Amino acid sequence: MLRLIVGLVLACSINNMVLAGGDDSLAVRLDALAAAKLSKMPAQIDLLAGMDDPRAAVVLQALLDGQLYARKSDKRLFIATPAADKSLLLTDPLGLVQPGAAKKNEFKRIAVNNRMRSQLRYAIARANLQSPDPLQRQAAVLRLLDDLDPAVLVLLDEAAEDESDEGVLGLVYIARGMIALDSDDRLEKMAAIELLSGNLQPLVKNRLQQVLARDDNGDLLETDAVIVKKARVALAAIDSKAGVYKFLETTFFGLSLGSVLLLSAIGLAITFGVMGVINMAHGELIMLGAYTTYVVQLMMPDHLEYSLLVAVPAAFLVSGLVGVAIERGIIQFLYGRPLETLLATFGVSLILQQAVRSIFSPLNRSVATPEWMSGALQINPVFALTYNRMYILVFALIVFVLLLLLLKKTTLGLQFRAVAQNRAMARAMGIRSQWVDAMTFGLGSGIAGIAGVALSQLTNVGPNLGQAYIIDSFMVVVFGGVGNLWGTLVSAFSLGVASKFVEPMAGAVLAKILILVFIILFIQKNPRGLFPQQGRAE
Amino acid sequence: MASHYVQSNPLFVKFADDKWGNILLIAILLTTVIVAVGNLLVPPESPFHVSTYMVTLLGKYLAFALLALSVDLIWGYAGILSLGHGAFFALGGYAMGMYLMRQIGDRGVYGNPDLPDFMVFLDWHELPWYWSGFESFGYAMLMVVLVPGLLAFIFGWLAFRSRVTGVYLSIITQALTYALLLAFFRNEMGFGGNNGLTDFKDILGYSLQSDATRIALFAASAAALVLGYLLCRWITRSKLGRVLIAIRDAEDRTRFVGYKVESYKLFVFVLSAALAGVAGALYVPQVGIINPGEFSPLNSIELVIWVAVGGRATLFGAIVGALLINYCKTWFTGALPELWLFFLGAIFVLSTMFLPRGIVGLLHRKGESS
Repeated sequence: MLRLIVGLVLACSINNMVLAGGDDSLAVRLDALAAAKLSKMPAQIDLLAGMDDPRAAVVLQALLDGQLYARKSDKRLFIATPAADKSLLLTDPLGLVQPGAAKKNEFKRIAVNNRMRSQLRYAIARANLQSPDPLQRQAAVLRLLDDLDPAVLVLLDEAAEDESDEGVLGLVYIARGMIALDSDDRLEKMAAIELLSGNLQPLVKNRLQQVLARDDNGDLLETDAVIVKKARVALAAIDSKAGVYKFLETTFFGLSLGSVLLLSAIGLAITFGVMGVINMAHGELIMLGAYTTYVVQLMMPDHLEYSLLVAVPAAFLVSGLVGVAIERGIIQFLYGRPLETLLATFGVSLILQQAVRSIFSPLNRSVATPEWMSGALQINPVFALTYNRMYILVFALIVFVLLLLLLKKTTLGLQFRAVAQNRAMARAMGIRSQWVDAMTFGLGSGIAGIAGVALSQLTNVGPNLGQAYIIDSFMVVVFGGVGNLWGTLVSAFSLGVASKFVEPMAGAVLAKILILVFIILFIQKNPRGLFPQQGRAE
Repeated sequence: MASHYVQSNPLFVKFADDKWGNILLIAILLTTVIVAVGNLLVPPESPFHVSTYMVTLLGKYLAFALLALSVDLIWGYAGILSLGHGAFFALGGYAMGMYLMRQIGDRGVYGNPDLPDFMVFLDWHELPWYWSGFESFGYAMLMVVLVPGLLAFIFGWLAFRSRVTGVYLSIITQALTYALLLAFFRNEMGFGGNNGLTDFKDILGYSLQSDATRIALFAASAAALVLGYLLCRWITRSKLGRVLIAIRDAEDRTRFVGYKVESYKLFVFVLSAALAGVAGALYVPQVGIINPGEFSPLNSIELVIWVAVGGRATLFGAIVGALLINYCKTWFTGALPELWLFFLGAIFVLSTMFLPRGIVGLLHRKGESS
């Protein structure tokens, strides 16, 4: 019943539109196409292809895909996709009528034959190759690559002449090379193989492998030994180049994991490394940072692009204040009793987890990724760098440098280090050691909050977010050498890269276990980490 | 800190003067008798009837108490804070679970006489080598003690020899149990993956569902706890125990005096791991399942707080703490599940800040003042 009403409304509005859109030249062409017999259609297609109207290209594509339908009652053309319930989802190529659903039996599909298909492909490719947008031109060449046809060689030659974009030009050459591979001329074939050598397009690799195809007896189909050899060399070049990029990609993922580890461990490096306080609630401070991002985004839904810029200082403040509260409320009474501190802060972590669970629900919350952080930098067909991981990598390094500057170049940093090295002497020099303790702990906790902002862009934000990172963070700090920020940096990146290189061999879980076992063994051999702090009073 | 412990440590109280410990042991034995009679002989209508649910619950508590005892032995007396003791408990539990799985025989869902259900499900065709022998109860019981003991030996040998102490040791023990948690989650390990081992049918031919078996398991737990307590008391009051306390309070000094600190620590660590394994083996048939969740670092830290709340270095404090906190956990998760973690967290904070010697410490102070 409902569908009938929709159909009626659609029918009425379409009738009105036909009147309104009468002087549209595309409309005239479409009516002519709808009226044309099969033998006259190529001419109509040519006319449509000659139009300087982007909507015409859409119609041609629909015709090629078998999605162009004519309404039986008035021979109007629609682009339609069949829906699940045997109705059609219609869109008007003229853009005059709202999309809607209609019954299938009121429409007739416009059929095309093979000759028209290649004509259409040709026309569409030409239209797209002339598009002002280089991305669209690139897409057009890629589509040609999928279904190569010697007829498009003219098109490619044309495109090569006008093309200014290097990426597109490269693709055009590949396409020409792949067509040339089909040629009967031996020299042309060899030149084509040489041209394609080292190219990373997956299609090129497939095509070259076809050259080396064998028949049922296991003999090579290609009889020319020189061509076979050249094809082998070209394939080897492709494989070694792809191997290099695979290596680069793994390194990038490793560095990205390393940056996450660095961000989550660096706060710990301060509280544990510099102050000697075991803060088991560190992971929960990271989680608070992630939830702060979530709340900030809730408060400024119209300015998501800027939400992270607000979230970073907000998370620093929230986690930092909670950290100061933990230090003033609990830890200051437990200095010199590290095992008790460990247990008490673990209690805090349980309370924080449950608090978040009660306030925000135990389910994961989704944090949006701003536009400028999504997407990837496509360097070549097998190698892409995702923007969010790149930004987080840079961000982690910035945080590290700022922290280092703070510790080495400011009065506050001087006081931190003085208290860490010799509390009694620092107090004798007039440093308010309790205040410095609170500030140091607040700083370490605040950085944990910032780490939470970064993590919210990579993983799910839930009450257990912190738990997942606490053991890894401790491992990073201990592996790098307690009390040594540079050690933390080196250890974070080396552990990150190492796990990503072990992963393809052993699987993600086993890689994690292997890394953990490695660190456990390493610490037992070198209890003070990679870069032990020299000559510090215990 | 050192002198504080020595002066008021029950170590220096004579054997017969372990008043609270003796009271506790008698209480445990009495409870066992009362529970057994109440469950098997008193008719269900009577207000004095003890339900099978209660028997299982108490049996579970007793297994936990033995686990807490094993932690107190190393933390209280040797100063080794292990945040991975749950791993030894779980390994003992898995060894018992493997025996119970083999006892199922062809009564599983798939009816395969040789392979447990999960292996049939994974399309395995033969039993992995490390599963062989587990059809024998004696062999399985040996493994309950040997597997955790061996792991503790290897781990401790490496750790103590390189003088990894204090918080470093705590953190790497936590990493150890975390690594095992991840490993046991893997189906390829052949321990049932995520679901663990469950659907047990019987033990030594007696059905696990019958009341009599449950009472027997409960009594076995009580007996293990009493024996474990006597063993730990004997050790801590021997010369070995005195050396351990010396190590706890001044490791370097003890070493310089000429004791092989590593060997003492290693011995007590392995013993403690074996005790934890026994506790795990008693726990599994009573709750009817063992899964990788038992390896979670949270469990291991939680059991340390049982000891802290009860009172470190008193042995019976550990038992009191384990029973008390687990009773609270049962009550909270039934009545106010959202508040349990708040309560547990607060216990962690408050007991470390205000009860450094636990509930037992309160008793002592009371005793001293009166």
